[in-house]
Amino acid sequence: MQSKSHGVVHWKLQRISAIAMIPLVIWFVSSLTFSLINSYDQSVAWLQNPLNATGLVLLFGTLYFHAASGLQVVIEDYVHNEGLKIMSLILIKLLSILLGVLSILCVLKIYL
Amino acid sequence: MAEFALPKHSKIVKGIDYPIKSEAENTKKINVYRWSPDDDENPRIDSYTIDLDQCGPMVLDALIKIKQEIDSSLTFRRSCREGICGSCSMNIDGTNTLACLKSIDDVKGDLNIYPLPHMEVIKDLVPDLSKAYEQLTSVKPWLQSKSDPEKGKSRKQSPKEREKIDGLWECVLCFSCSTSCPSYWWNGDKYLGPAVLLQAYRWIADSRDENTEQRLEELEDSFKLYRCHTIMNCTKTCPKGLNPAKAIGEIKKLQLERK
Repeated sequence: MQSKSHGVVHWKLQRISAIAMIPLVIWFVSSLTFSLINSYDQSVAWLQNPLNATGLVLLFGTLYFHAASGLQVVIEDYVHNEGLKIMSLILIKLLSILLGVLSILCVLKIYL
Repeated sequence: MAEFALPKHSKIVKGIDYPIKSEAENTKKINVYRWSPDDDENPRIDSYTIDLDQCGPMVLDALIKIKQEIDSSLTFRRSCREGICGSCSMNIDGTNTLACLKSIDDVKGDLNIYPLPHMEVIKDLVPDLSKAYEQLTSVKPWLQSKSDPEKGKSRKQSPKEREKIDGLWECVLCFSCSTSCPSYWWNGDKYLGPAVLLQAYRWIADSRDENTEQRLEELEDSFKLYRCHTIMNCTKTCPKGLNPAKAIGEIKKLQLERK
């Protein structure tokens, strides 16, 4: 479970994804707030802009990666039963991949 | 899995109250954690009221006064009484510190004294630090070098190189920081803790040590080093005013540069 390079690589990726999310979240929230999306049609039109679709795909990718690596730290901190620990770590990885792929496919479905 | 309450045998009960016998104006009530391995009793809090006009200024002075004049069974570690030996570390008024450096006047109201948190207790205020000492040994806290110094000469270090270990060599190994760290409480068997990591960095930062790479390699572990979540309790509590969190940050920075 813990390869030798696990420490620094995990630490680095967690921080890079956190930094990457700062502009992405600011962009996403301000888009929703200022672009006056009021209807279903407007939302679809917004998502069909390639820049918006790209941004949202990047946001979902980073978000689920960051959430999974954060939850991994929480599990490692507090769950001391080895079996339960490994089970929940695998579950978190699978769940975040599932949700990430699903979210990205939803964006692509509207975009394409 | 998670334990939400203390085990029945660890619940702290009210202990003996030792009121002051003489007429004194300037008094202080001191509540002290007591536990002995010799009987089957729960830990208890004994209360001693002392005359501050007949006592030295520091918490350690009060403990020594209690031991000499009121209750000789009170057990605590102390040696130098001036913040150099690191023996009298304990939890005073909710903060880990050295009893010899903590002024009684700094504490408003009753003075509460407990052993260092989350360590096994040997007796009263004496915690079992043997695992922490083992962890300290594991980082090899001594100079390692393959080269020999010039015959009859000492190993040279410029003032600038020497400056790099300022704020590190002063550590007296009282373990106030490690025992204030929640990460060390939950994972003290695998996480080295701030005191030991500061010692590790003291040798990494020393220009005379030639084993830096090996030292960093051994620390590159998700549990030994990366259980530090920059909570900063270590820096806040250090009775010597050192900054273990910064030392850990420096190790993390070096790890990043290596890979």
